[in-house]
Amino acid sequence: MADDVIALDPFARFRAATRARIGLGRSGDGLPTAALLDFQLSHAKARDAVHGTVDWDVLEEQLPQPCIRVKSRAGDRSTYLRRPDLGRQLAAESAALLSPGDWDVAMVVGDGLSAAAVQNWAVQVVWAIHMRLNGLKMAPLVLADQARVALADPIGEALGAKLSVMLIGERPGLSVADSLGIYMTYGPKVGRRDSERNCLSNIHAHGLSPAAAADKLVWLMTQSLRLGLSGVGLKEETPSLESGADPVAARLSHPSD
Amino acid sequence: MPVTTATLGGERHVFPDLRALLACASPRRSGDELAGLAADSEKRRVAARMALADLPLSTFLTEALVPYEDDEVTRLIIDGHDTAAFAPVAHMTVGQFRDWLLSYEADTATLAALAPGLTPEMVAAVSKLMRNSDLVAVAAKIRVVTAFRSTIGLDGRLSSRLQPNHPTDDPLGIAASTLDGLLFGVGDAVIGINPATDNVEACCTLLKMLDEVRLRFDIPTQSCVLTHVSNSIAAMEKGAPLDLVFQSVAGTEAANRGFGIDLALLGEAEQAALDLKRGTVGDNVMYFETGQGAALSADAHHGVDQQTVETRAYAVARAFRPLLVNTVVGFIGPEYLYDAKQIIRAGLEDHFCGKLLGLPMGVDVCYTNHAEADQDDMDVLMLLLGNAGVNFLIGVPGADDVMLNYQSLSYHDVVGLRHLLGRKPAPEFESWLMRMGLADSTGKVPPLGRDAAPLRKLLAGG
Repeated sequence: MADDVIALDPFARFRAATRARIGLGRSGDGLPTAALLDFQLSHAKARDAVHGTVDWDVLEEQLPQPCIRVKSRAGDRSTYLRRPDLGRQLAAESAALLSPGDWDVAMVVGDGLSAAAVQNWAVQVVWAIHMRLNGLKMAPLVLADQARVALADPIGEALGAKLSVMLIGERPGLSVADSLGIYMTYGPKVGRRDSERNCLSNIHAHGLSPAAAADKLVWLMTQSLRLGLSGVGLKEETPSLESGADPVAARLSHPSD
Repeated sequence: MPVTTATLGGERHVFPDLRALLACASPRRSGDELAGLAADSEKRRVAARMALADLPLSTFLTEALVPYEDDEVTRLIIDGHDTAAFAPVAHMTVGQFRDWLLSYEADTATLAALAPGLTPEMVAAVSKLMRNSDLVAVAAKIRVVTAFRSTIGLDGRLSSRLQPNHPTDDPLGIAASTLDGLLFGVGDAVIGINPATDNVEACCTLLKMLDEVRLRFDIPTQSCVLTHVSNSIAAMEKGAPLDLVFQSVAGTEAANRGFGIDLALLGEAEQAALDLKRGTVGDNVMYFETGQGAALSADAHHGVDQQTVETRAYAVARAFRPLLVNTVVGFIGPEYLYDAKQIIRAGLEDHFCGKLLGLPMGVDVCYTNHAEADQDDMDVLMLLLGNAGVNFLIGVPGADDVMLNYQSLSYHDVVGLRHLLGRKPAPEFESWLMRMGLADSTGKVPPLGRDAAPLRKLLAGG
């Protein structure tokens, strides 16, 4: 029996252990047609996620609290991709919409590099967070277009919040195009370093669930407000950016968003 | 250099210093635009190239782009310069140097002898005057041969790194990707894992696992866990079976500090790996990765354009006699290299510059999903680099790295390119492929039947 299975697919016993594209077979030295087209479909999904736009109207209808819509200074996707610095700054007309209040937390939903991630997961994650808040004072929810992670700095600063939380679409891979990440920063203000943030990543169907992400985030928010810090100071229990939790950033560059 | 000017059609272009001249002469790329260094018109770009063509090569020995006093990489470059080796081209301008590199006079032996006389800045400068086909033609004349358990870079050979990454470092998943690659004849340069969990303990576990696979099948290759150099030193202290020390390096002291390294630490690691004496046919024990944009992303580029500062990373690598060096050209993202045109150009530049400086240069032909590129573009770069005589390429299953979430070349691409260009793997590895029944008598690695004996032998043991 085992020999028959191997004859059908020599890699059968490995497939549960990895999502890598192993044992694809060969057409001469090339890929078999089915494998070629399967790859192209995955890449197409990733490209559509990067270049798609979030339908903020649909999102706002399903969210639990009033929202403020803002934009970064990156006017379009092409500029956004070339100029991460502009994606971290608030457009002038957007800044005028934000006024300071007595808030514990400013929560931002940003499109980032995957509109699909925001469309598919942001509502569930925001609700899950809301159900666990324990009396924290939440500023109006901000929905941000062409946003990088650090756009939460000027937003949190303008709202006068003690803590900012950015829910943002992560760079799509071929296996997952709709992964959401969360970045939390204590004392948000322009110029915060990535090492001063805590990150929860890989929220998607095969990764962290919205409920599990909300549990971790609320724990982090509570600790952060109690200790008056975020980032490497909280890294014992959860990964921060600088602890090397992100192998992509660790490979060569520094986190680009 | 005080100020350089060039007059084009009555229009006077002023370049205030050498850094500005080099930056403006660079082909257009998003990273230089992000840094505010790029030429603001195509005419100005050509004017800069014309001025650069008239600049004496020796200028780069007296005008440091990053101050000597502030930067140990500059000191390494200047203090290590070989004046005697430089003599044959010492009288040339950058433009004359380009003509000479293309000439028949500049053959394999001549270029090998010249390498210690060249500085990164000279090499970067001349690359800016070259077309893509020039970068291919000159690189193809250069041979850089290194060895550990296999010999890499010989004429007629094309080696490959097998990259079996896994999002949770699952041993069975890594073994599966490794065995798949071996069936294609991939892995003669190194079997190298980027670990998902980056600490000493995880590094030791992976090193032991890779060494067991190597020993079980008696594979003449080397393994590597691409962790921080300090983790590798700690792993060696714990007795882990470490073949190669890996580190990402950049072209300025400040950027290297961002990586948590300096030259002294690299030297310490090299010595520790040499002391293990694990190589059989050679003792090159270092593996470096680099890439345009690394210094800028660390805000440590000192106003130098990204291609020039990248070549300075090769001076760092050169000091440690590496077995392997590769640029991760399309990995770093569209804010540095926006599209396939920029990625392809940068890949050819990095390969050419590394080779000219005497490095065993490979390339990770790759892109991310937010860059304007796809697998067709990687085909183009792969074919160009194959013709340029690249020492090694990187292969992952189906071109899809499920841990780093980017696309490189597939195992299929590597075997296809070898067969197309008539290139073979490293000789020791080629013999092993034949012993295993994976390569035929001509050295080709044909498709196997589903129950072929060599396939059963490898997979049953996995």
